Amino acid sequence: MRIHRRLAVTLVSLSLLGGGLAGCGDDGPSDDMVSSAIESYATGVHASYEASLTSATAMDSAIDTFVASPSDSTLEAARTAWLAARDDYGPTEAFRFYDGPIDDPDNGPEGLINAWPLDEAYIDYVEGAPTSGIINDPATYPTIDTALLTSLNEEGGETNISTGWHAIEFLLWGQDLSLEGAGERSANDYVDAPNADRRSVYLAQTSDLLLSHLSGLVDAWAPDAANYRANFEAAEPDEALRRIISGIGELSRGELAGERMNVAYAERSQEDEHSCFSDNTTNDIIGNALGIQRVLTGEYPGFTGIGIADLVADVDQDLADKLLAEVKTSVETVQAIPAPFDQHLVEGVSDDSPGHQAILAGIESLEGQTDTIVAAATSLGVTINVT
Amino acid sequence: MRIYLAVAFFSVALLLSCSQSESLDANLGGTTTRQSASRNAFGLPAPTLSNEQRRIFERGDSFFTQNWVSSPASTDARDGLGPLLNATSCSSCHGLDGRGAPPDPLGEQANLGLLFRVSVPGEDPVTGGPRPDLIYGGQIQDRAVLGVPVEATVTTKWSTVEGTYADGTPWLLRSPSYELSDLAHGPADPDLMLGPRLAPQVFGMGLLEAVPDDALLELADPDDTDGDGISGRVNMVWDARLEQHVIGRFGWKANVATVEQQVAGAFLGDIGITSSLNPEKHCTSVQIKCAEAPTGGDPELTDERLANVTFYNSTLAVPAMRNVDDGQVQDGAKLFTEIGCADCHVASLETETASIDVLADQTFFPYTDLLLHDMGDGLADGRPDFEATGSEWRTPPLWGLG
Repeated sequence: MRIHRRLAVTLVSLSLLGGGLAGCGDDGPSDDMVSSAIESYATGVHASYEASLTSATAMDSAIDTFVASPSDSTLEAARTAWLAARDDYGPTEAFRFYDGPIDDPDNGPEGLINAWPLDEAYIDYVEGAPTSGIINDPATYPTIDTALLTSLNEEGGETNISTGWHAIEFLLWGQDLSLEGAGERSANDYVDAPNADRRSVYLAQTSDLLLSHLSGLVDAWAPDAANYRANFEAAEPDEALRRIISGIGELSRGELAGERMNVAYAERSQEDEHSCFSDNTTNDIIGNALGIQRVLTGEYPGFTGIGIADLVADVDQDLADKLLAEVKTSVETVQAIPAPFDQHLVEGVSDDSPGHQAILAGIESLEGQTDTIVAAATSLGVTINVT
Repeated sequence: MRIYLAVAFFSVALLLSCSQSESLDANLGGTTTRQSASRNAFGLPAPTLSNEQRRIFERGDSFFTQNWVSSPASTDARDGLGPLLNATSCSSCHGLDGRGAPPDPLGEQANLGLLFRVSVPGEDPVTGGPRPDLIYGGQIQDRAVLGVPVEATVTTKWSTVEGTYADGTPWLLRSPSYELSDLAHGPADPDLMLGPRLAPQVFGMGLLEAVPDDALLELADPDDTDGDGISGRVNMVWDARLEQHVIGRFGWKANVATVEQQVAGAFLGDIGITSSLNPEKHCTSVQIKCAEAPTGGDPELTDERLANVTFYNSTLAVPAMRNVDDGQVQDGAKLFTEIGCADCHVASLETETASIDVLADQTFFPYTDLLLHDMGDGLADGRPDFEATGSEWRTPPLWGLG
């Protein structure tokens, strides 16, 4: 009897004093393992932004070459470089949604890097409006430079985008007015079309701006520096885990399944697809899904460490298995969406067409895995708040 | 024995610490509450939505957030802006689903989320609502699409009012006055009444809509029969769907009955987007260029999209109250009730049935009675709206202010 009472008291005390990382007793990952996972994440983020900066630098060179000697072939080279650079940027979006360096409310560059959808007429001419846009308004904006583009970005609403990936995309491809392929902007827009010189400056400047923002992110996550990473690694482990898992949880459902896929899918509106000028939307989606997977597995470009799923496995092997299986399924499901994305949105394509169904399957898979991501956070004693 | 005591003591201590914080419920929106204090705290969906409901929410979100563009445009779901407008999207005034900013004291920044309703004495013969000006309509739109004249500019002038508190401490207040200039079609009616309206935050509207009429009538005391010096009353406003007068709940003068009609009204009045509820462009008979401008469809906002945006507005989560365990916050809450703030800013309301299931059977804490109160000449805009006089205003909800 006496022993039982002691046991009862011990259990009460444990449950009261516990509440650290592992919700249930001493079954969770060790403090060392948690620290290693957090450090792995930081190293992985740094490696991912470095990869993005490298391919964006190649894109910037191709753009410089193009504006110096515009031709069909230099334009094509710039486009190819943009597409390659997008593949490296997409996975880094798993590092958003916790007010980190990318989307710090005070100075995070996300709105300047990747804001969308673009109201393209804000930047340049569009069909039916040959003189619209900043480029065609030298009276109001005599000098186009990075300071001007930054100041005009998102002025007067969230779709007045003047910089970033999609601004460059629009300037390289132009409006996508056909169902078969991407936009067909002519290299002549940079030779003797009206305001060709201003268009060249705009393209080169916004590309430079993108590079400087990506460099800033690489610096913020560099090891052994007085930067965000230092604070991140010094934070309470459960706060660091909260940020890490919030990022992938929000990307998974609210952002990717919701804003980027469901809205375009349900509204059947091409303007809601992510890369509408280049028809690169399916690759964007795959990049995002891969980013989530990398955080869980700990396998980043050129670096493999301890992933969040390894921590979960220490608490609940079944949950970790389920999580990894669902995330793998999601990646495969979005890879199965036939490109280009916008062919599935056209009026007349029935709701049960294979392409439409493939998108829906992707949405449902990403929504489903989000509940498991939230459960994984809970298993580690962390509460996350996702859309 | 000692062991039992210890356990019992522990349990009592736990119970006590729980009962202390029971006086303030952090879940201001009942089960629709989100524990978020981030920048996006006003923009999250109620956590209880199903996947199917969240997808409707997401679609509504996109039409709330993104800019409308002039017609014709290749982005055909979102064209039809104006011809007259105050803003190009809902979110330009309700940024991140929040509220607008008061006019810039230096007058250098354009109004963001502040617009001006206008009317002339008398009532609309059908609805009993405000009578629009024959030239400028019911609202001053300070922007227009290319080729259409902007109606007017409204500028805010500030003057300083001085006085002293009962204990002799002096106070200073800035008092705004508003001036119409650059009138595109000549002078407005000499009796024109001008009412400033600042965009409020958006969340929690579905809960407020679902409060039964009886509960509001129960709170009302138009003749102050209980003698507490407070005479709240309901505004009876025109419901365009039911084509009859019902209790108003939304707007600074409780002049709109439902979330749907608030949304459709703002689409037309503020962005210039027609819907089946407001099928006509808001050009008056003298605004020829406005009437001749191309439209973006008939109507520009389809019924499905209006329903989606209405659903979005109805199911935005209410952010949780912060620091409910803080002694100062608890003392403040007590004082708030003791000195009578809570007589109008009624802390809790309840829903029973609701057209959206997650809003049913909720006890929630908006800190409003949704009733009209006479706030005196100093705060009056002098512009009646249905039964609300020029000095009556709806008690604004206080949730989410911090």
